[in-house]
Amino acid sequence: MAANGPARERRETRRVDGFGEAPAYVGVVERRPRQPPVPVVLAPGAVELAGPLFGTRDVGPFDADLTRQHPGEPLGERITVSGRVLDGRGRPVRGQLVELWQANAAGRYAHRLDDRRAPLDPNFTGTGRCLTDDSGRYRFTTIRPGAYPWASHPHAWRPAHLHFSLFGTAFTQRLVTQMYFPNDPLLPYDAIRNALPDPDARRRLVAVYDPDLNEPELSLGYHWDIVLDGPAATWTAPASVPAQGGR
Amino acid sequence: MPLAPTPSQTIGPYFAMALPFPGGADLAPAGHPDAVTLHGYVLDGPGAPVPDALLEFWQAAPDGSPAGAAAGPRRDGDAFTGFARVSTGEDGHYALRTLLPGGAPYLALCLFARGLPHHLFTRVYVRPPGDDPLLAALPAERRATLLAAHDAARPRSYRFDVRLQGDEHHAETVFLHFGGAP
Ligand SMILES: [Fe+2]
Repeated sequence: MAANGPARERRETRRVDGFGEAPAYVGVVERRPRQPPVPVVLAPGAVELAGPLFGTRDVGPFDADLTRQHPGEPLGERITVSGRVLDGRGRPVRGQLVELWQANAAGRYAHRLDDRRAPLDPNFTGTGRCLTDDSGRYRFTTIRPGAYPWASHPHAWRPAHLHFSLFGTAFTQRLVTQMYFPNDPLLPYDAIRNALPDPDARRRLVAVYDPDLNEPELSLGYHWDIVLDGPAATWTAPASVPAQGGR
Repeated sequence: MPLAPTPSQTIGPYFAMALPFPGGADLAPAGHPDAVTLHGYVLDGPGAPVPDALLEFWQAAPDGSPAGAAAGPRRDGDAFTGFARVSTGEDGHYALRTLLPGGAPYLALCLFARGLPHHLFTRVYVRPPGDDPLLAALPAERRATLLAAHDAARPRSYRFDVRLQGDEHHAETVFLHFGGAP
């Protein structure tokens, strides 16, 4: 549709040095704030240092297995994706909600705005949820999503990826991100991942193939740990920053 | 030595298939007599509505305590959860039902949208803020962007618009940085 056409998407990217023809995503220009965010150091007990709690009733029995949400089996390569959710000090984030959404094996989302020429799979929706366990571990069984074209530039195919949403113990730790697969030839060309200027940060979004996570004769295993940023309740402010100072 | 954080990536256009859930806009228990409506528009720089934004609110309970009831997608609607998740409609509008927070006079807001590489944090002040240090440090025209409008003729309604980008005629909403990566 016109509103999602190539001209507009092209405006959402800029070229970056060191990536040849691969641009980096800068977002929708009209939606980007012009002012830098105002730094706030939170006093103990601040609202943002707590966060919502989730419970086992928030997750249904098939929510973490995206291959069992329909009467039939979805097409595609079965994968198991697991890892730990940690805070910046390496402590597990326990009992927190992890949400996942993705394209099907043909690279199409079960969403009304995705009308590209690729088949929907009646046995695959592509959404999942789970709670982390006492060691911060999450685990999903799903299918490997397909790559899909994205109109930002002539070679723009999104590499296979899973969209993840995560909560920490503090509202400040909220994270929405994307996981990628190792050795994907599309990775160096991906404008979305290239939006991160730091190559180490880009690498941290790529899972590791882990045969120990394979389910025999069923699925290939990928390991991906997630570290949440932002102050948690026990975070202490550097002495040089004025409490709640704003500019 | 702290672990390097997992970086953020844009929420993209398809989050609506996974993240919104029934009752996500109801923080107040069903039928609660003190429930108020908080609503408004999310607008871009030229003033166009943003129809694909996701707003998450987190606030203290009316007694000032951090809220505690299970806040997730299968909430029962009987308890105050402190957490809301709402998406904007085609007109950029959102609305939620809540109870005014005790203690800190604001709701924390985390906003995601297609086209934002990273989410944005801000605060919605719904009561007179007293000597709030954040507000005190802001110039008046910027401070006003964090105050929900309250019309005495509609005592149960609060209005808070988010302007993602300002220009010479419109103040940009103040967004906040808590000490993680900006
Ligand atoms: Fe995607």
